[in-house]
Amino acid sequence: MFDALSERLERISGSLRSRGRLSDADIDEALDEVRSALLEADVELGVVAAFLSAVRERLQGEALSQSLSPGQQVIKAVHEQLVEILGSSALKVTYASRPPTVILLAGLQGAGKTTTAAKLALWFKQQGRQPYLIAADLARPAAVEQLRVLAQQIGVDVFSDTSTPVKVAKRGVAEAARLGRDVVIIDTAGRLAIDDALMREVKAISSATSPHYTFLVLDAVTGQDAVHTAKTFHETLELSGMIVTKLDYDARGGAVLSARGVVGRPVVFASTGEKLADFDLFHPDRMASRILGMGDMLTLIEQAERTMDQDVVAESAGRMMSGTFTLDDFMAQLNQVRKMGSLGGLMKLMPGVTKEMRSAAANVDDGQLNKIEAIVNSMTKRERREPVIIDGSRRSRIARGSGTSVSAVNQLLKQFGEMRKMMRQMGNAGPAATGPTGKLASLAARAQAQRNESMPAGFESLAAGMASASPARSGGGAKNKKKKGGRVTPPKQR
Amino acid sequence: MIVVIVVVVLVLAVGGVVVARRRSRRDRAPRIRAAMPEVLVRDVASRPSLGDVEDLERRLSSSRSLFDRVRSLSAQGSVNEEQLAVVEEVLLRSDVGLSATNEIVASLRESGAPQGVANSLRAALLTSLSADRTVRVRASEGRVPVWLFVGVNGVGKTTSIGKLAQRHINEGRTVVLAAGDTFRAAAAEQLAQWATRSGADIVRASEGADPGSVVHDALGRAQARGTDLVLADTAGRRSNSTNLLDELAKIRRVADREPGEVVETFMVLDATTGQNALSQAREFLAAAAVTGIVLTKLDGTARGGIVVAIERELGIPVKYVGVGEGVDDLIVFNPENFVDSLLQA
Repeated sequence: MFDALSERLERISGSLRSRGRLSDADIDEALDEVRSALLEADVELGVVAAFLSAVRERLQGEALSQSLSPGQQVIKAVHEQLVEILGSSALKVTYASRPPTVILLAGLQGAGKTTTAAKLALWFKQQGRQPYLIAADLARPAAVEQLRVLAQQIGVDVFSDTSTPVKVAKRGVAEAARLGRDVVIIDTAGRLAIDDALMREVKAISSATSPHYTFLVLDAVTGQDAVHTAKTFHETLELSGMIVTKLDYDARGGAVLSARGVVGRPVVFASTGEKLADFDLFHPDRMASRILGMGDMLTLIEQAERTMDQDVVAESAGRMMSGTFTLDDFMAQLNQVRKMGSLGGLMKLMPGVTKEMRSAAANVDDGQLNKIEAIVNSMTKRERREPVIIDGSRRSRIARGSGTSVSAVNQLLKQFGEMRKMMRQMGNAGPAATGPTGKLASLAARAQAQRNESMPAGFESLAAGMASASPARSGGGAKNKKKKGGRVTPPKQR
Repeated sequence: MIVVIVVVVLVLAVGGVVVARRRSRRDRAPRIRAAMPEVLVRDVASRPSLGDVEDLERRLSSSRSLFDRVRSLSAQGSVNEEQLAVVEEVLLRSDVGLSATNEIVASLRESGAPQGVANSLRAALLTSLSADRTVRVRASEGRVPVWLFVGVNGVGKTTSIGKLAQRHINEGRTVVLAAGDTFRAAAAEQLAQWATRSGADIVRASEGADPGSVVHDALGRAQARGTDLVLADTAGRRSNSTNLLDELAKIRRVADREPGEVVETFMVLDATTGQNALSQAREFLAAAAVTGIVLTKLDGTARGGIVVAIERELGIPVKYVGVGEGVDDLIVFNPENFVDSLLQA
């Protein structure tokens, strides 16, 4: 399903060409594809309709760009519109002049409120604040216990007793003030928007504590119902914003747009994993790319910039294209990539990568990378420079030295050879050509332009999608050789 | 060895960016942003009601005379596009999903809906929900039957187990609960409270323990005491992580080894879930051989229509539905009631 939209738009874009501007019929056809993509991403029907009419206005009368195909132009417009909606009226958390700043979390059962409460506390702690948690979910068995356990992990205190949620919240805030804590986070029980009694209860909690911020915790896998939930909670509590959870799932997360579309309040935080640290401010441009299924190149680039040694990468990337890439370069790159995090996680951010490729990368664990490292380290300097000289006896020596088998060494060498050939072909195409390297250069130029706010985020990921298309395809084939892993991660490592 | 390719793809992309960023110094004029509406949709449309069948017929054929004329003209009978648009909207708003909806609409268009649109739609949906829904509570001679519960985070696995335990105990069975969610904080505690409430036995271990060993111990206890059924909880996990799915497959293997026998594997699914439910079902089916779905939280405004797509595509039947917070609010799934509620607001 990934990249479905850009592919489909590219397919119809042939018929859109050769005219000065998009005709109404062209726009209809293109928007029909956009509609499908949005519905597949779980954007609510009414929001889809309103969104499309806004995009239509944007497209009508706009002259066709010289540098973009009509399909790309449509995507650009759609993407810009998404970013504007998701990112407008962004919320900057300010702190109350008379502490504590009170934050109320509400949402459906199972959206992830309790975990989010702990994550939010950790986030504030990292901002140099002294957070305090209030466990006002007295309905679900062991919810208080869960919050206590999580809070202990991050070194934050929890207030709770067994009276009523309203009393707990009120006493908790008073206690926080007494203790001099400056941020208080109230975790409430999950409730259905149509459950009047429980909605009144959360309203009462809100009136008793007059929170500075009220956040709806919204599950990214939610379907069409997101609008009802968001609307009712907004009417009851007057939300200041939303926190979206479970962004590590493979859902496209259209619910975020649905909720944003009816409530008109920004999404402030996003939770992207099971670890308490997997939590950060929400990035509208990334969400837009995700809803459209275009990968998340920006996060990748950001991660790269943070962790990679740019000189090393640039140098070996240069050699890669000239075809003089050695196993030493490969090791240097492998180490750079490893610094960025798990391969599976990185692949998820790459646009234009097939699902098989993604899951293959997700299966690669540290053990396998260590094995590769061991193999390469067991080679002599000359062998690493000129892998062709590695004959049978060298192979068995390397296998012994690295504690692997000859077939593993063979496999590595074979893959490396194929890759080198591929690199050389790309290099020959020349940097200005339309080949993948050329695409990459243009991608980078766009990424550069992005900084100047002139291009939508994720639009370059379209180009990157094409750029990575050819390596990705050969990767899909190679994946079949890989043994299905029987490795089980112990729960603690998750 | 896929690593090689993966690394290269990554490095090529990132390296390319780094290199070219240095070369490129192109400036562009800042773009003028169009003003955007604060709220896209002010009033949330309620799902169009297909109401009870008669009312629906009236609504769908508001232009009855035109409809009749078209019908008399066309050889194989037909429905008009306006009606089909209503059908499409109803299905999409219930999360049935685009492809299943398109198929159903196309089949109505083709058949011409001879019994009327609402009846034909109802029939089409019921045909989609025609898998075998019997639940197995008996294992082969000498084995302990196990029900294994899987699903993503926050769908209500532990709660569903608590309620089902109560149900079995009411029906006169003895039950051991296996607190296999050793990951989430206080999950075992939550299940223990259900055990106390329902009078079931429970086997639990400390947080971070191996879930397989918890299940194994539960089987041991169940066999020693001659218990009728083991209900095994597992940690919620996203369905796009191979490691987590492998872990689940391992738990299932342990549960299915002597003396245990997994007679049902339930995927617990939150009715508010959108299209991701399909990918959840696909992955959990592959990893743990899911035999049925427990559809929870149907008491809200969500209709859980995605189970239609799941059953059409993967043949996994819904067996229980959760319709409230009370202990008796987990009931046996009834396709007719479900379809009727799908078609009503």
